[in-house]
Amino acid sequence: MQENSKVPEFNSETLDLIAQIIKRYPEGRQKSALLPVLHIAQAENQGWLSPGMMDYVASLLQIEPIEVYEVASFYSMYNLKPVGKCVIEVCQTGPCWLKGAENIVAHFESRLGIKPGETTADGKFTLKTVECLAACGTAPVIQVGTEYHESLTTEKVDQLLDQWKAENKISHKNPYL
Amino acid sequence: MATKILLNNIEVPGLANFQVYRELGGYTALEKALKTLTPDELTDEVKKSGVRGRGGAGFPTGMKWGFIDKQSEKPRYLVCNFDESEPGTFKDHHLGEFNPHLLIEGMILGSYALGVKDAYIYIRGELFYVMKILDKAIQEAYANGFLGDNILGSGYSLNLYCHPGAGAYICGEETALLESLEGKRGNPRIKPPFPAIVGLYGCPTVVNNVETIAALPWIVNNGSEAYAAIGIGNSKGTKLISACGHINKPGIYEIELGLPVEEFIYSDEYCGGIINGNKLKAVVAGGSSVPILPAELILKTAAGEPRLMSYESLADGGFKTGTMLGSGGFIVMDHTTCIVKNLLTFARFYRHESCGQCSPCREGTSWMEKILMRIEGGQGTMKDIDLLVNIAKHVEGNTICPLGDAAAWPVASAILHFREEFEEHVKLQKCPF
Ligand SMILES: Cc1cc2nc3c(=O)[nH]c(=O)nc-3n(C[C@H](O)[C@H](O)[C@H](O)COP(=O)(O)O)c2cc1C
Ligand code: SF4
Ligand code: FES
Repeated sequence: MQENSKVPEFNSETLDLIAQIIKRYPEGRQKSALLPVLHIAQAENQGWLSPGMMDYVASLLQIEPIEVYEVASFYSMYNLKPVGKCVIEVCQTGPCWLKGAENIVAHFESRLGIKPGETTADGKFTLKTVECLAACGTAPVIQVGTEYHESLTTEKVDQLLDQWKAENKISHKNPYL
Repeated sequence: MATKILLNNIEVPGLANFQVYRELGGYTALEKALKTLTPDELTDEVKKSGVRGRGGAGFPTGMKWGFIDKQSEKPRYLVCNFDESEPGTFKDHHLGEFNPHLLIEGMILGSYALGVKDAYIYIRGELFYVMKILDKAIQEAYANGFLGDNILGSGYSLNLYCHPGAGAYICGEETALLESLEGKRGNPRIKPPFPAIVGLYGCPTVVNNVETIAALPWIVNNGSEAYAAIGIGNSKGTKLISACGHINKPGIYEIELGLPVEEFIYSDEYCGGIINGNKLKAVVAGGSSVPILPAELILKTAAGEPRLMSYESLADGGFKTGTMLGSGGFIVMDHTTCIVKNLLTFARFYRHESCGQCSPCREGTSWMEKILMRIEGGQGTMKDIDLLVNIAKHVEGNTICPLGDAAAWPVASAILHFREEFEEHVKLQKCPF
């Protein structure tokens, strides 16, 4: 998962989408499109924002690269390092903890052989812990890409993992499509 | 049965589709407002209804709208706060997913009242799938003439857009949200100036919570008096409560403000009691930021009055024996819960979410988490407990935005009401649970 040294370039469909997004903000306020565009850029770059990709985003929005870096490093949904094909985000905040989130984390750890923050050696899975996902009534909750999986049990985790392994799950997809 | 203002029809399959919403009377409030009310009359209706902001602070909505700078030549903005990241809160998520047109109709009404031409819904990035539901509903509203140029031939025009966040609780704070919408880090601004004067792109702006906005169609259709007739004291109307934790029926409930807390927890219409017939130990009644209360004090005030689900009753007793309605995130803990461990998860949350601008918040949240880790891990001392109280005191009130207070109150209140449990951790040199 080396950074591609080639300058990234989106296809015309993606560029059209970005042009549409920029139009939602007033003239000269195209920087407002930064968060949406970074979501797209991350999906187009195997789930993380490389310096090259961030520079490309800066050029698309006609802003300085530093303006992109400082934003990308602020928001927890942006990954500044390579991640696995399928990123599993387990909520660990109070309400999920009350309903057994620690067991869910432990089960993922033992099934995948990694700790939160790590990626499996085959590059297939990354495990992350995250904070409240606004679904506490169906705790414990995890997020994979844009999907929520709720009321988890260790059995459900097994089922999901088997399914993801079988289908070679990729969690980073352009969320607008 | 309580009046349903927000969750009315929410179980109807396909309610997210324009046609279904419309057939159930959707967009009639907008038709009525555009035909019969001037923007100022609509603002007046909202004032008279007594509806208060449902994002947490409970500020009267009509009064907030009244602050908008009408002298300014600049465009005005209405921004819906759909950041919903306060632990325990999951009501807006539900409303936006299953009844997007209610929010959209409310946004059009609010925009009309405020003279807004471009409005935004800022939704937390994790809820991208809900944003797509909203985007689709917005397209339907345009296609049917409820958005865009010259809405229903009234001469009023509005554009409405969704904007995703990217994982930052602090962007729920309204000035951080505006920074984020401008494509910047979510650092809260120093107030004043308030957004009503200097908001989005330096223009007059109102920020309102999803639930606040979603109440507007009902108020227009039924009148401010009907709304104000529901509830108790200065707590008018209904409130969504997202209930979670150790209860039989976690979920989202619409209550008339003034419902007794005991009924909310134990009746089958709501939470259905504590799981496994366990004993109630404590409740965090309004999202993770509000003071925790032990069972005795959540069911009854210190004066022995039944505690009600209202702004005033929950706050009765101040920070010594009361709490706050907050966002309506109602977290219930049974007797098997370790208060220290629960608090540790909150402390970790606030440390993670502090934007880092003010040193009391940045350093304080980090120390509080470390000390709580020590106590929970069996390495704490009695002095650590007082140290925690001390740090909480120094963070509270000394920061740019209320996140500092939000981090301090849970710590201070947990130690105030459950000190023995902290001491037990220290004495046993381990977690007793
Ligand atoms: C740290 C912090 C987080 C907040 N998060 C939210 C939120 O997720 N949603 C929300 O509506 N208000 C949130 N608020 C409150 C907003 O600043 C603001 O008061 C609210 O959006 C105003 O809308 P309302 O008057 O309709 O409640 C938060 C405040 C703070 C200090
Ligand atoms: S109180 Fe905390 S979150 Fe708020 S501005 Fe200061 S450092 Fe940032
Ligand atoms: S605590 Fe996990 S979804 Fe809220």
